[in-house]
This record gives sequence, structure tokens and C-alpha cells, in this order.
Amino acid sequence: MARENRTDLQNVDKSDAPVAPEQTRSGQVYSPTVDIFENDNSITLLADMPGVRVEDLKIDLRESVLTLIGRVTPPENPDESDVLREYESGMFWRQFTLSEAIDQARIDAKLTDGVLRLELPKVETARPRQIVVRTVG
Amino acid sequence: MIVRRTWPSRRALDSSTADLDQLRREVLRLFETATSADLGVGVFPPLNVTQDADNYYLRAEMPGMKSSELSISALRNRVTLAGKREIQREHERVSYHRKERPEGSFNRTVTLPAEIDAQRIDAKYANGILALTLPKADEAKPRQITVKT
Repeated sequence: MARENRTDLQNVDKSDAPVAPEQTRSGQVYSPTVDIFENDNSITLLADMPGVRVEDLKIDLRESVLTLIGRVTPPENPDESDVLREYESGMFWRQFTLSEAIDQARIDAKLTDGVLRLELPKVETARPRQIVVRTVG
Repeated sequence: MIVRRTWPSRRALDSSTADLDQLRREVLRLFETATSADLGVGVFPPLNVTQDADNYYLRAEMPGMKSSELSISALRNRVTLAGKREIQREHERVSYHRKERPEGSFNRTVTLPAEIDAQRIDAKYANGILALTLPKADEAKPRQITVKT
């Protein structure tokens, strides 16, 4: 058997969402893989959510908790039968607690080819004021 | 060859340090993905193949591939997907909290139960899912045989 090349892309099965609210309809709930990074001005989140269209995506931010919900409709027609099945289609769900205060009005979300790019600009810190000290007496 | 391993995997007898290395790596990976019930590692991209009377349908989950290379080739009853998933480099001076999305090259061949007509393959990429419609070759479709009396 050939040795696998270290740089070859390996697939890791979608992992089940750790704590997801129970759905009223049955179906799998998956946790999308994310990259999160920040610079001085904003936090950026990139999430892999294949099969999710813009109208199926919901992003919620309240009380410093960011929730991503992406619904996926299975693409198969009813008259198709399985030959090989390696992945299931299911909802994507993931929650994060943000440590920084986010300027909600300037949040930018883009969904391209199943990848969500979420820019969360940090609240601009108040400008430092010069405080003048008066002498009394 | 398509390889799917679930933890723990078997290996041919290597030196003892290689075994310990592998054990250490797999224990670390266990901590990273502790919430997942199934620690299967497979080949990228994961595929579903379905069929109806006239076609095979192949769907692969490949988010974010537009800016990367992808080549699809087909011959007789085999379809090959090869390419590279690249993650765009961000500006400098960013600090990562998490980096989970994988990138790298892949090369995968699927053998179908019957031959397909490679000239009439239809390929669509939308929302990170690659959908191929592979018409079955006419020779492969079942034929009604009339009995002469």
C-alpha cells in the first residue's frame, strides 16, 4: 500500500455539534470547521458550510454570543438510489462567545461557495480625553 | 487506493518510536475532536454517488474551491477528481484563535458499477458542492429483448 503524502488533503468527517438545541424535526446537526483570527480592528471568522445558500443561513449575535445556523436541503431527487454514501447532509450549527465588544452596525457577512466570511469590527475605544485639573482655594 | 481509517489504525511493524509517535498523535487528535463520536479519517473530498435509470450522480463537498485548481476526468467507468484546496492568505499581523479548515492537495478516483458516456458529463459547482451528472453509456443500460415466435 502506498504511503500517504503528508501534504495530501485528508478528509475528516463532519463532527456532530457538541451542544445543539434539539430540533423539532429529525436530522443530523453538524459543527462547521472554522478559522478565527483577529487584528487590531476586527475579528474575522471563516466557516466551511457546503450546501448552504444565502437564504438558508442565519447569523445571530446577542449578549456577546454569536450563533451560526445553516440549513441544507438534501440535493437528491426521490427517484435516485444510493451507490456510495460517504457524507450526510444536515444542518450546521455553532456558537461562540465573543470576548470583545462588537460594533453590530458594521458587521459584514459574505457567503461564497459554501464558505462564510464574517467580519466583526471591534467597538472603537473611546478617545482619551485631557482632564484639566482645577485648583481650588 | 481509497483508504478510510478509523482510530486506532493498524500499521505494519515499524520501529518502536514510530509506534509511539503515532500513538501520541492520535491521542492529541482525540483531545482536539473529543466531541465527535466518530473519529473517522477518510479521503478528501467526501462523495455521494446515486443513480437513477439514466444517470449516475456524483456529489462532493468541496467548499471554497473557486480560487483553487480542480480537474475532473473520466474514462469508461472511472471518474477522477484532482486538485488543490488553497486558503487565501490574510494580511500580516493577525493572530489566530482557531485554524480548523483544512487545505492541501487531493486526488481521488471513483469506480462506478457501469460505464458512462464521458462526452455528455455535466458538471456544476454551487454553494461549495460539486455535482456531476454522469449519463450511463447506452451499452450499460438494460435492454428489453423481444422473443420472436
